[in-house]
Amino acid sequence: MATETLSGAQALIRSLELLGVDTVFGLPGGAILPTYDPLMDSTKLRHILVRHEQGAGHAAEGYAAASGKLGVCIATSGPGATNLVTAIADAHMDSVPMLAITGQVNSFAIGTDAFQEADIVGITMPITKHSFLVTNAADIPGVIAAAYEIATTGRPGPVLVDVAKDAQNAKFEFSWPPKIDLPGYKPVTDPHGKQVQAAAEMILKSHKPILYVGGGVIRAEASKELLKLAELLHAPVTTTLMARGAFPDSHPQHLGMPGMHGTVPAVTALQKSDLLITLGARFDDRVTGDVKSFAKGAKVIHVDVDPAEIGKIRHADVPIVGDAKVVISMLIAELESQMKTTKPDFEDWWVFLNGLKERYPLGYNDADDGKLSPQYVIERIGELSGPEAIFAAGVGQHQMWSAQFIKYERPNSWLNSGGAGTMGYAVPAAMGAKVAQPERLVWAIDGDGCFQMTNQELATCTINNIPIKVAIINNSSLGMVRQWQTLFYNSRYSNTDLNTGTDTIMVPDFVKLSESYGCLAIRVEKIEEVDAAIKLAMETNDRPVVIDFIVGRDAMVWPMVPAGVSNDAVQYARDAAPIWDGEE
Amino acid sequence: MTQHVLSLLVENKPGILTRVAALFARRGFNIESLAVGTTEVEGVSRMTVVVSLDGQPLEQVTKQLNKLVNVLKIVELEDQSSVARDHMLVKVRTDSSTRSQVLEAVTLFRARVIDVVSDAVVIEVTGDSAKCQAFIKVLEPFGIKELVQSGAIAISRGSKSMSEKVLR
Repeated sequence: MATETLSGAQALIRSLELLGVDTVFGLPGGAILPTYDPLMDSTKLRHILVRHEQGAGHAAEGYAAASGKLGVCIATSGPGATNLVTAIADAHMDSVPMLAITGQVNSFAIGTDAFQEADIVGITMPITKHSFLVTNAADIPGVIAAAYEIATTGRPGPVLVDVAKDAQNAKFEFSWPPKIDLPGYKPVTDPHGKQVQAAAEMILKSHKPILYVGGGVIRAEASKELLKLAELLHAPVTTTLMARGAFPDSHPQHLGMPGMHGTVPAVTALQKSDLLITLGARFDDRVTGDVKSFAKGAKVIHVDVDPAEIGKIRHADVPIVGDAKVVISMLIAELESQMKTTKPDFEDWWVFLNGLKERYPLGYNDADDGKLSPQYVIERIGELSGPEAIFAAGVGQHQMWSAQFIKYERPNSWLNSGGAGTMGYAVPAAMGAKVAQPERLVWAIDGDGCFQMTNQELATCTINNIPIKVAIINNSSLGMVRQWQTLFYNSRYSNTDLNTGTDTIMVPDFVKLSESYGCLAIRVEKIEEVDAAIKLAMETNDRPVVIDFIVGRDAMVWPMVPAGVSNDAVQYARDAAPIWDGEE
Repeated sequence: MTQHVLSLLVENKPGILTRVAALFARRGFNIESLAVGTTEVEGVSRMTVVVSLDGQPLEQVTKQLNKLVNVLKIVELEDQSSVARDHMLVKVRTDSSTRSQVLEAVTLFRARVIDVVSDAVVIEVTGDSAKCQAFIKVLEPFGIKELVQSGAIAISRGSKSMSEKVLR
């Protein structure tokens, strides 16, 4: 094999190029300096200089979530690396394929409490799929290739590669491809045929099945197969927060999102179901509520590429380990053959479900405080932008409303921090998504609390010509926390007031702040201004746009299942539980 | 609480002990004992982990351990089909009046004296944990000055090898 003498740093850049990586988000510092030098000469790698390493991490996530490709971020040792931690944890919870590269102090200084030394491999052990410490230049190509393999296959996730400075500087004979030595890593993607057969039999015997669809379907790029399966069976579908867009919202079989803020039809369908066809979902507590009373009468088919998810929370009657795309395709073939003799009949089930859909559609009441309804603003953003756009949300009320009131028709159009619930995700994630898919309209729908955690990346967007649109749903408070204080703490508002609304001292003034970052920034307070503002944002592509929507602070997210109680206690609105017919 | 003996073949990579131990801590599993050493295969280490569990989650433990990239193989060693041994060193107070009784206990337990001074002896004993505990009970009246114990190491009975199919 032909070899070439390269430094570790050159080899690192070359390896990324050879793996097809085209974008990295990062910020240099002492221990990663050697790598930044050859990076400057790379014509294949676009480096985007962020203003905070957390921004690099979330941008890599947004890039990955929008495109399905690996997202890459780079930081220096010590604080540079620890600033990535939140984003790495976020990627771990939401199975985002991510490669985090960090510089480390010289190998001979490791363990001496050297300047900017932190044991980032140790720190990130519980929040990475795997991690590597490289102290030998010759190991770099193999480790980068292995990291790529681990991050992008099986259940995707973040992999950290920590490279000592002297390993970046040392020269060695580079050759490609390297040997990837991972004897303990064998993700199972092809399921057992017998299990698929058993699943098909169970489905055809059921009377009240539901396709409980999680983010795994999006990561596995299995939306087409899902649509085919759902239509073949004419079974109802619910898509979790992580799976919004995996199945078109416009489809009549879609019941909406399940869980704490799910639709009444979706929550109730799960509760009353006799078979959960679980595809790439993990029975998160925000979906199940009290686990013991969750879908008590249902058998469970559980499809997941991660065997540890199966049986972790809920016993699976038919466990299937495999890639969702492969499993669903096999299941379709198996069902088609079994349906020659047995036809599914879910007519009575649909009568019940359609009744729920009719009686309990998603909706909201305008508050009488004269302020904009946050739900209305978000709904209009969705309607005017259309299904080809990408929407990244922060965490809190605006996130739930964005999941509820924007209609998603395609996978990878909805990006959010589902598992970790990381405030500050939206702006950098939208930035990463826009870099991955520059032709798409990309919105960050953010809260006034979230926005203040990562808005410095607007500088990155302006300077690198990444024209994202930011809608701040500004209720001048930590809205979701405030909602809980309203409901469960006697309306005692401990430390949730942020003073960013127009009737406060307005620190900061988001319009002025965004203008100083080079954005087009406007404030919207009246309902008749909403559409024009959204259109202006959509038409402006020479710089980022920030719209400060001043909304009422008393709007709440409904429906709601209070934390820890049974999903049977879903409330349609405050003090308004659905009324059940005597028939069940 | 039930005890299970797990045998793990792992790549001998830096941090592997931390990865395994941290996983137990993070997932709320209890380690009773843990012993690590090299094996007949270069680059492969073997861990014997004794875990105590409340019923259900042994499968969760092994599934989570299997997700660690450096873990090659996990088997549960059942009581009937395997042998487990602890190794113990114990320093017992003795004088001319008690030494012979201590030495008698050493013989009965097939232990060995490895150091003697005028007021103490150091004894080595190997066996399953029940034997070691029984031995401690016998020695206690004389005064145990110091005691150190390895975690259990375990191996299956018969000719099959755990590492046979793992590598190459």
